[in-house]
Amino acid sequence: MQPTTPPPPPDAYHSEVTLRVNGTPRALTVDHRTTLLDALREGLGLTGAKKGCDHGQCGACTVLVDGRRANACLLLAVALDGCDITTVEGVAKDGGDRLHPLQQAFLDRDAFQCGYCTPGQLCSALGMLAEAAAGHPSLATDPDAPPAQGAVPLTPDEIRERMSGNLCRCGAYPHIVQAVEDVIR
Amino acid sequence: MAATPHTLGTPAERIEGRDKVTGAARYAAEHTPPGCAHAWPVPAGVTCGRITGVDTSAALAQPGALAVLTPFDAPRFAAPPDDPELDVLQYDSVPHRGWYVALAVADTLENARAAAAAVRVTCADHADEPEPHDVVLDEDHPEAYTPEKANGGYPAHRERGDAAAAFAAAPVRVDVSYRVPPLHNHPMEPHSATAHFAGGRLTVYDSCQGGNAVRTVLASLFDLPEDRVTVVAEHVGGGFGSKGTPRPHVVLAAMAAIHTGRPVKLALPRRHLPSVTGHRAPTLHRLRLGAEPDGTLVSVSHEVTTHTSRITEFVEQAAVPARVMYGSPHSLTTHRVVPLDVPSPSWMRAPGETPGMYALESAVDELADALGMDPVDLRVLNDPATEPDSGRPFSSRHLVECLREGARRFGWHDRDPRPAARREGPLLIGSGVAAATYPAYASPCAADATAHPDGTYTVRVNATDIGTGARTVLAQIAAAALTAPLEAVRIRIGSTRLPRAPLAGGSSGTASWGWAVHRACTALAAAVAGHDGPLPGGGLTVTADTTDEVRRTPPYARHAFGAQFAEVQVDTVTGEVRVRRMLGVFAAGRILNPRTARSQLIGGMIMGLGMALTEHSTMDAAHGDFTESDLASYHVPAHADVRAVEAHWVEEDDGLLNPMGSKGIGEIGTVGAAAAVGNAVHHATGVRFRELPLTPDRVLPALRPEEEPAL
Ligand code: FES
Ligand code: FES
Repeated sequence: MQPTTPPPPPDAYHSEVTLRVNGTPRALTVDHRTTLLDALREGLGLTGAKKGCDHGQCGACTVLVDGRRANACLLLAVALDGCDITTVEGVAKDGGDRLHPLQQAFLDRDAFQCGYCTPGQLCSALGMLAEAAAGHPSLATDPDAPPAQGAVPLTPDEIRERMSGNLCRCGAYPHIVQAVEDVIR
Repeated sequence: MAATPHTLGTPAERIEGRDKVTGAARYAAEHTPPGCAHAWPVPAGVTCGRITGVDTSAALAQPGALAVLTPFDAPRFAAPPDDPELDVLQYDSVPHRGWYVALAVADTLENARAAAAAVRVTCADHADEPEPHDVVLDEDHPEAYTPEKANGGYPAHRERGDAAAAFAAAPVRVDVSYRVPPLHNHPMEPHSATAHFAGGRLTVYDSCQGGNAVRTVLASLFDLPEDRVTVVAEHVGGGFGSKGTPRPHVVLAAMAAIHTGRPVKLALPRRHLPSVTGHRAPTLHRLRLGAEPDGTLVSVSHEVTTHTSRITEFVEQAAVPARVMYGSPHSLTTHRVVPLDVPSPSWMRAPGETPGMYALESAVDELADALGMDPVDLRVLNDPATEPDSGRPFSSRHLVECLREGARRFGWHDRDPRPAARREGPLLIGSGVAAATYPAYASPCAADATAHPDGTYTVRVNATDIGTGARTVLAQIAAAALTAPLEAVRIRIGSTRLPRAPLAGGSSGTASWGWAVHRACTALAAAVAGHDGPLPGGGLTVTADTTDEVRRTPPYARHAFGAQFAEVQVDTVTGEVRVRRMLGVFAAGRILNPRTARSQLIGGMIMGLGMALTEHSTMDAAHGDFTESDLASYHVPAHADVRAVEAHWVEEDDGLLNPMGSKGIGEIGTVGAAAAVGNAVHHATGVRFRELPLTPDRVLPALRPEEEPAL
């Protein structure tokens, strides 16, 4: 991790919070205006989550908050005391030595070019897989099909619909969908 | 050592791939030197005018504020920049909306943003009317003129024979106008820089397509010798042309670092990008194609009108591809440009070819219609033996092969050629084809290569990987020249401490850098072979510079070509157009890495899909600004927009390019893609749309002309 500026002491505009980031509790003094994204990137030096727009429009900052995917640029860190945060840095197993199968699938399928959207795509896909497994429908889910019994099967159309919050200007979409299909097979 | 499977032409995995999927790869704003401050720029809130004052007191009273730089007190540049867009905070007038009029620097990002918001700028005309401004492009604009040159150094105006007379006499004629709106590059990583000035040395991490140009500009503006400026661009989150030249963010970051004595990080807010990082200028096209009844072209005219800013002349060379594509004894290709109070346009993926080929290839489709001819056959018939405008021989041209191979793979000949003939419930289905072309450039470059005593090699060149896979393909080129395994080659790119290299642009990066790497490695292999005994501890290093060789290349017409096919469905209830599948076949010399090449070509096609269906910006006449300036309003394609997209290529052996025999592939995927989609929409609906993008508000009324639009 790179050296970061020491956090200012708490005052009327700052609070102490503890985030469990990738399994490790991290105590931070955060400016009340600080987003989760900036707390990760600037406060903790975890720059895996990317800032593409800072306005919830691109998905580059997607992380998992208590297991659910969220745009880190739209959450204030001060409101997340005690939350579990998973960033791309926490996706690989064994302290980063063993890639998650989805990361491996991204490599195998060349599912990125510049890589700037990639951490968001990975975290979003992980959250999406859990949502489908829990039976959450999407716009692509047939509304006339019998009520979801457990998991929604992830067709390519389902994957595309559910991943549409994650923009990729390099246009890696076809390969990203293939990579996600690789891990659900 | 024997040649290994991982050399040229094999699908080697991206060297930095693991870093990118684990979040370890660091981009320009992800370096935080100790004591790093943050800067936030303040854009002008008027379109043109004069700043009479900047009140910084409230901003400086913000917690953590370190400085606010304004046009009245910012450090002066040692020399004016060549690019007027970089002349920031040097004078008090505003040439266009979004122009930076102040820069706030504070200890944290939040404080910098708050300080910027507290800056109060007053303008000469602030109290009453803004100064009258003019941002509206039209063909009859009184200030339109024909420039001497268009972007790329091409003559703006060319005429062969008598295009007008030949057109008038032609038995079959198409005379049509097309319009392409302004478009924004919007790489996913906003333009960012982290600058550090210490001990008389300036170090900058910059999100750019080439560090050498950035270094030259910073050295000149801040009066530093070039060897005291280092520009690092290790990972870059896309550029698509918008990072091809130094941009104001890096100048401001360096200025703030020098002024405050602290490292400074500056990442542009997304909404600033359209105003200060270039855009694709809108283009208005008039095409006149005249043909014999058998389809032979006798006259080709492509006339383009576009805009530029008041401070720089950038002319999108959209009529230039018509000089390359089809044979015709008579031809007129010309550009007119109107200087307006708009941000300066610049490069966006295949400038010239992308809008130009959209218009030309749409018009060719209209001609095929008028002739009752298959559009593939029409293109094949008019394939020229030499470059039409210059008369030069092609180093290689396999457009016909691309068209035929594409038609076969796509199932083109199975279709019913009649428009509006295929219906599935409320959907109309159609298919279209268009050709693609892009020049194969190369620029001078230096590289060095070292053989180490342990049998490994280090290759150094200041290439930039903006997502192309440059590292990987350069390592492959090196390994092939050294007949070494890929694993034995360490490749160093992305820093001006390395041998000087041109930018990642014009689809010429791999050709330029690879040429120098190939020369260095070939010479190194010979040096090692001629070396007696063990290598010295520091290894053996060979340097190459391709300047003379590149300048001496014989005058052939060098271009990549391609054929794009698309199948669309048009919803007659909603007017929504969706692309069901796209297929491209390209002839781009030797494909050096099929894995990364396929990704680039597909990515280019998807950008073309966006141009066809979703991407659109508007210069608002009253406000003088782009209305679609963020990613919520400017719609780049999303996952759901992109179904089956395939890229293929034909084998092309061209010995007249560079030692690898490669042509660039970064841009040609975008060229022609929008025309293929547009032609497919015509085939689906029978309606010809001549303005992009093909959004429901345009499509639906045309499908239901009997219904009056509700007001
Ligand atoms: S940075 Fe959060 S959605 Fe774009
Ligand atoms: S890989 Fe570049 S934006 Fe997705």
